[in-house]
Amino acid sequence: MRTLFVPLVAVTAAMFVYSPIYIANVPYESTMLLVQKIFYYHFPTWIAGAVAVLLCGAASAWYLFKGSAVADRVAVASAELGVVFGAFGLVSGTLWGRKAWGTWWAGDARTSMALVAELIFFGYLLVRRYGGPGSEKLAAAMGIFGAATAPFIYKSVDWWRTIHPKTSVMGSLTATEGGTIMWGAVMYCTVTFMLLLVVVLQARVRLEELRARVDQLYLSLED
Amino acid sequence: MLRRLATTFTALLFATASALAQSPAGQDGFVPASSLPPGQEIPAAPLLIGSYATFLLLMMFYLWTIWRRIGRVEKELHELQRRQGAAGR
Repeated sequence: MRTLFVPLVAVTAAMFVYSPIYIANVPYESTMLLVQKIFYYHFPTWIAGAVAVLLCGAASAWYLFKGSAVADRVAVASAELGVVFGAFGLVSGTLWGRKAWGTWWAGDARTSMALVAELIFFGYLLVRRYGGPGSEKLAAAMGIFGAATAPFIYKSVDWWRTIHPKTSVMGSLTATEGGTIMWGAVMYCTVTFMLLLVVVLQARVRLEELRARVDQLYLSLED
Repeated sequence: MLRRLATTFTALLFATASALAQSPAGQDGFVPASSLPPGQEIPAAPLLIGSYATFLLLMMFYLWTIWRRIGRVEKELHELQRRQGAAGR
């Protein structure tokens, strides 16, 4: 996987450079017009963020029940990425909402639940940073319950009456020719963000590996 | 006169409350449009550019923090390996 790191970085960077050109050539959405183009980064951000938090939950469970140190490193790395992607998702949603809904913060089910999930994973990182010895297990429990919020956040727009677009938006895109172009752009950006997630996750896990080696060396020097 | 004012005020209050209570329904799908009406670009553009710029700045900052943290830990690792080598001799 490490040999693939540099080519992956190159492909991800190239795809990011091309993405604004792709997005600029996509048709406007008839009701929201120009501001709807935030969607092409907003949606992939949440997909990448959701994958990161679900990975954190799975790795946390693996660490908690199997005691795998590798799973613990993946969990902390993916939790941090979940917070970063979540922060951008909230900011871009706020900017989009300002124009589309006329308010910075609508406070509906989807946005409020996303904010709560963001705070849970921010809490996870605080526990890891300041919790002291043994905080890994407490954080792992937080990671599992934090990840459990992801499906609820996704389905919240269908279950409750909100002003946020529903999950049917993506399925409806392919019904028209212009919509298919929009769908292609969303898919392109989603692949780009997923590649970014893989690349940054690899770098972040490497940091945790180095930290573990430093801890081992300190212990061996004390003996 | 006072009764009429009170009635008008109550009616207005109820009308405002019911209007606020009814939030519009979520959109079922996106319909593509071929053109953009004049004047639309200006109010939306700062929000759109702001969104993409925020992502770029946030990601650049985050990648820089990872790079800096790896550099710091690698330096510490090399120092410890040097100390371990010296202690082994």
